[in-house]
Amino acid sequence: MERALLHHALTQISMAAGDGGFHAPSLDEFFPPIVLFEGTPFALNRIMLIRLLVMVLLVLFVTVATRSLKVVPSRGSSIVEFPFNFVRNSIAYETLGERDGRRYLPLLTTIFFVTLGMNLTSVIPFLNIAGTSVIGLPLVMAVISWIAFIYAGLKKHPGAFIRNSLFPPGVPWPLYIIVTPIEFFSTFILRPVTLTLRLTMNMLVGHLLLVLFFSATWFFFFQQGPNGFTLFGLGTLVFGFAFTLFELFVAALQAYIFTLLTAVYLQLSLAEEH
Amino acid sequence: MDITTLAALNGNIATVGYGLAAIGPGIGVGIVVGKAIEGISRQPELQGRLTTQMFIGIAFTEALALIGIATGFIFR
Repeated sequence: MERALLHHALTQISMAAGDGGFHAPSLDEFFPPIVLFEGTPFALNRIMLIRLLVMVLLVLFVTVATRSLKVVPSRGSSIVEFPFNFVRNSIAYETLGERDGRRYLPLLTTIFFVTLGMNLTSVIPFLNIAGTSVIGLPLVMAVISWIAFIYAGLKKHPGAFIRNSLFPPGVPWPLYIIVTPIEFFSTFILRPVTLTLRLTMNMLVGHLLLVLFFSATWFFFFQQGPNGFTLFGLGTLVFGFAFTLFELFVAALQAYIFTLLTAVYLQLSLAEEH
Repeated sequence: MDITTLAALNGNIATVGYGLAAIGPGIGVGIVVGKAIEGISRQPELQGRLTTQMFIGIAFTEALALIGIATGFIFR
């Protein structure tokens, strides 16, 4: 497996021998070769291995964090509890209120930590790609969030949820011909689709940019002979560093937005109609 | 009579399509965030609620930009 990772790293940052040109990264980045269990439905490539690794790390993190809970947290505990508090106060209680916030808190915390953990691997040195940059994981989380807000609405207003969301009250009835298809499309189709695409595209584009800058640096410094263009490598290196910091920010922001939007959709489903 | 090609463009028109598709959401998100900043500057104590509303507004206006990126991949 180490050979596969090293091979991948070298082929990504050094161009094929005898070619001489610069190859910008393409979508093939996101479909790396299969390293384990080839031929079975459980074939694992580098991205799946990263996802499994992050899953194990998250489980370990939560287990260790909750091992010895005291009423007054120690210094280490309060650092570890900071993200949990953030999700609870700024996202769950802020949008849903205390009672519903407490009820949907496990879902929101899970979504936040899984998204954040998978996003962060795009800047970690030997992993270098986000677990959420291929569409599978964001799709699963968006489907879960979709089922959650439909379930919440159906449970709270059994008969009236579909009626109120497709035929919003207070609209003169001829307009329902236009409004209802738009409402249906916007509420039941567009919400999970945009959740998925927003997360996938942000992580995909961030990864492509980082690979572009670092492979361009390699190309300018080492691939082509020392000439007038070599100094461009310095520029692309600086941009690479700047975009790594930006990617870190985007990883955290996308996790926050996914969780916040799930909470907002839940709140809209649970809202009392006048 | 032979046709002489004087100039040719090649590539994928999906990139031009996405560029056009990004104009609307770009302006829209700018307006949403600008209004949110204006509201926060008028009443700083409502910052938390206005920021949340801003993110909701961004989610809706950004939807079309995201569909624009995706159609480049769908209609290859």
